[in-house]
Amino acid sequence: MLENLDKIKQQFHDELNAVESKGELEKIRVSFLGKKGLVTQELKNLRDLTPEEKKTAGMKVNSLKQEIEKAIVEHQKILEEREYLEEIKSAKVYDFTIPSSREVGTLHPITIIQKQIEDIFKTMGFIIEDGLEIQTEYNNFEAVNIPKNHPARDMQDTYYLENGQLLKTHTSAAQNTIMRKYGEPKKGEPLKVLFPGRCFRNENLDASHENTFFQLEGMMIGDDISISNLIYFMKVLLSEVFERDVKVRLRPGFFPFVEPGFELDINCAICGGDGCATCKQTGWLELLPCGMIHPNVLSMGGIDPDKYTGFAFGLGLTRLVMMKYNIKDIRMFNSGNLKQLRQFTR
Amino acid sequence: MLISMNWISEFTDLSGVDLKDLINRFTLSTAEVEDIYEMGKDIKDVVVGKIIEVNDHPNSKKLHLVKVDIASEVVEVVCGAPNVYVGAVVPFAKLGGRVGDLEIKEIPVAGVVSRGMCCSEKELGISDDNSGLMIIEEDYPLGTDIKEFMDLEDIVFEVDNKSLTNRPDLWGHYGIAREIAALNKRPLKPLELLDSSVYKDLGSIDLKLEDKERVYRFSCISMDNISKKKSPTNMRIRLTYCGMRPINLLADLTNYLMMEIGQPMHAYDNNKVKEIRVKTFSEPFEFLPLDGVKRKVDTDTLMICNAKEPIGIAGVMGGELSSISDDTSSVLLESANFDGTSVRKSATKLGLRTDASSRYEKVLDPEMTVTAIERFMKLLLDIDPGVKVTSSLTDSYVQHYDKIVVDFDKAYVDKYTGIDISADMMEETLSALGFDIDRNGDDFRVVVPSWRATKDVTMKADIVEEITRIYGYDNFDIYSTNSLLSPIRHSLKRDNEYRIKRFLSDKYDMNEVHSYIWYETKLLKEIGVHTEPNIRIINSVTAENDTIRSTIIPSLLGFVHKNVDSSPEMGMYEIGRVADGLNKDGLCNEKKRLGLVLASKILSEEEVFFRLKEAISQVIMEIKNISPEFVENDTINKHNYVHPVNSAGICVNGKEIGYFSVLNPRIRNNMDKKLHVAFAEIDIDDLETIDMVPLQYKEVSRYPGVTVDLSLLVEKSMRYEELAGYIDLYPCQYLNKYYLVDIFEDENLLPGKKSVTVRFEFVSMDRTLEGDEIQTMVDELLAVLNTKNIELR
Repeated sequence: MLENLDKIKQQFHDELNAVESKGELEKIRVSFLGKKGLVTQELKNLRDLTPEEKKTAGMKVNSLKQEIEKAIVEHQKILEEREYLEEIKSAKVYDFTIPSSREVGTLHPITIIQKQIEDIFKTMGFIIEDGLEIQTEYNNFEAVNIPKNHPARDMQDTYYLENGQLLKTHTSAAQNTIMRKYGEPKKGEPLKVLFPGRCFRNENLDASHENTFFQLEGMMIGDDISISNLIYFMKVLLSEVFERDVKVRLRPGFFPFVEPGFELDINCAICGGDGCATCKQTGWLELLPCGMIHPNVLSMGGIDPDKYTGFAFGLGLTRLVMMKYNIKDIRMFNSGNLKQLRQFTR
Repeated sequence: MLISMNWISEFTDLSGVDLKDLINRFTLSTAEVEDIYEMGKDIKDVVVGKIIEVNDHPNSKKLHLVKVDIASEVVEVVCGAPNVYVGAVVPFAKLGGRVGDLEIKEIPVAGVVSRGMCCSEKELGISDDNSGLMIIEEDYPLGTDIKEFMDLEDIVFEVDNKSLTNRPDLWGHYGIAREIAALNKRPLKPLELLDSSVYKDLGSIDLKLEDKERVYRFSCISMDNISKKKSPTNMRIRLTYCGMRPINLLADLTNYLMMEIGQPMHAYDNNKVKEIRVKTFSEPFEFLPLDGVKRKVDTDTLMICNAKEPIGIAGVMGGELSSISDDTSSVLLESANFDGTSVRKSATKLGLRTDASSRYEKVLDPEMTVTAIERFMKLLLDIDPGVKVTSSLTDSYVQHYDKIVVDFDKAYVDKYTGIDISADMMEETLSALGFDIDRNGDDFRVVVPSWRATKDVTMKADIVEEITRIYGYDNFDIYSTNSLLSPIRHSLKRDNEYRIKRFLSDKYDMNEVHSYIWYETKLLKEIGVHTEPNIRIINSVTAENDTIRSTIIPSLLGFVHKNVDSSPEMGMYEIGRVADGLNKDGLCNEKKRLGLVLASKILSEEEVFFRLKEAISQVIMEIKNISPEFVENDTINKHNYVHPVNSAGICVNGKEIGYFSVLNPRIRNNMDKKLHVAFAEIDIDDLETIDMVPLQYKEVSRYPGVTVDLSLLVEKSMRYEELAGYIDLYPCQYLNKYYLVDIFEDENLLPGKKSVTVRFEFVSMDRTLEGDEIQTMVDELLAVLNTKNIELR
């Protein structure tokens, strides 16, 4: 019997060395370890031996069985590794520089920046409001302290409609409606509202003039809102918008709906305030008009100017988008030209 | 407006002041300075010289060889000026000196060496006179540097006119000087005037204001025996530096006064003016102003007249015929105040905006008219002492502005500013700006000075501005508000708009576009889209685009047309406004609409149609959690771009909120026959009236479900929705859901019919369903369908 085991062992190793595939390996496994396999047969033959013989022979057979099992597993690993290397060697090499062809959808650039700014203001507790594009003369002019015969009515080339309404010339046209909607603020809880909108000026188009453009206006009204607060909020908000620590500077500016009114400048990002061509050597860039809401405007909005004060500011959203994306021709915005608009993949 | 610091320093002491810093403070406190010019720096070593010998140039007829005595030496130069003569005293630029860009060097001119240059006024920057050498009439020692008596060196700064629109007082140097004095905390000197009361016994001028609405005040005086023709050099330098062209003494003086105190004045030839009438005319007429361009004047334009003959357009420009010339020795001087709006309208209508009219527009102080005359007379008599005044100062002051008194206290200013500015500082500032102050501790009563009281300063908030701007916004402590925290109610509607946009761009790869609120008529004509009449713009500069849109679809179809050549596939959408007619108050019924359009040369029309339908369903699902229904709607067929068959209304909870359609083939063929287009319009306002269905979790069965596919034979015309209605007639608690798998049509195999394969899923919550149970349910379902003539295929 023991001789037989040696023969089996020899036979196994001879056959194993010739195995080239997993299928052949399985055949060998069956022919040695399967139900009718050579080793299995030897295990069965142990029955016929004396207990003494059984003990010695049993150990030998089992040790052979383990040796074969281990050899098969190891050979399996070798075969798998060989197969793997074979696949890699013959694999088709993909050209990862081939561009993807899917044209993803886009938002309008105005929407992208407007949303970013709205989100900033939301974090500071501002409500976002909306206004009509077709407005009454009252809302667009009278209610923001621009009476009839005021030169501003000549300067703002207004589109008038047959019914006496007009296409709003500035977002301020929504001020009165918003004040009336929310009413006088509660003590210590100022009304903070941001209202972006589309505005219209009756003029011919060129690279820097559009008759249809976006502004973004904000107001804060409360029982103790001051010029100091205005400067603070502008500095903080604009630092967020421009993602840098912005310095602001106020100069007197005249707008009928504010008193005092200011032109707000920010320090030039290009030169950091030292003076360069962009800022005409001043270190400052004129950015937005703002001011303390005129007492007449508060009154007309149903808010008592003796008890409440507020500030307002307006930002040329279209102009800001042009600055951010380096857009030179303003006519792009309303062109519907997909070659241009498809670039705004955020 | 250009401002000369030399001029300013006549009214307030600027010694020891850093002028650049001062100008920066002016920008921050008063008005924007756009540019600063350092004048006269480019004039160097120009001295008084006397021409003592003039000889012909050997090689040129135009040039002369000139000997100039400059005390230290006699210099030989070549001179091309036509007015060289022996004895002329001229500005002479020495070797090593500089005149503008020209460095004076020894150079040959037409073969003869020249060792200096005799200068014209233009070369020195004094005026634009380049006709010949400047002749120095005053008596200065030869060799004196001209800068010792000519104010060539000056700092001139340009103020942005737009930033002065609400400040009528800043349209002259004296007003600017007042601001600068306040900023510097130094006194403002009074103007030197001639007391006009000394002429009160002379006869007055025949003056009558027939129109008393458009004029506030008219002051005038006449004088004779004017002998000087040319203004003093330094006056001409100032005028030139401030952008005015020196002409002759009288014209220069009126300009000088306008630049100095902001009051426009006009000098008429006194021989041509006997009775001054200020009036409008009942008929339009033609008039020739000083600029020599004849204009038609309408009945609203106020005119200055000699009796019935118009001689000037009030506040705008004098007439050619009554104008002064270099020879005029007798003049009538007008200093008047007209209604700003009236002047603005006249100037606009005539296309004649002048320095005078743009000042009147700002609403000038009528108190200035007499001051201006008294200042004019003071300057004129200093220059030309022989002048004889021939009338009393005649003054008709028909409209006064109210005196404005403002009461306020320190607490008001503190609240408005948020900082603590002392009451003493407030008083000091307001006083420097000319306010009369009655102060009792922290309580103020101030009278607004006349030059700020025409429209500019009316109330407490205006006073705050005066105090704070001089205080300086840079000096403010800044801090946040003392606000309570309270939750903000954000508008879901607004968030939804953004969600819709993101959804369409992200899930359907569509591009958001913006289009105009009016129809672009030309573009729509090209593709044959007809639009409904709607409210119109009455004054558009692009007159053909005057109709406000009542639907957003034509704008999007226009965009498809514009892109069709470069984009074989496109998806666009816009959330924009339309005017859906007028409401009962006659106001536009403004609505917010979502427009969508898909176009493809690659997909079939049917694929485009269903892709759009899916996008609509999904977007409504996304924000409302409701599946819209699609219904027949005949009214949309009024639009010629809607497809008569393949179009449907979009309903949510039974409310119709829009429609969608395949593009009408007629319009499609105008763009591209191979293009397949479908579009939709949804009213966002209507959609937002529908409440969102809150999402509810539904328990799923732990037991496996069984699916059964049934191919049902139905009439070809039957819509799926009708079939589904019949399936729903079968009440079965285990029928979890069913959905369409396939539709098969074959006219030969199934004439007049189609086979619709529906997959049914049966499931129980508490056990596994047995095979025969399922069969029973299928049989029951088919029995129900049989009653509607629907058979299993």
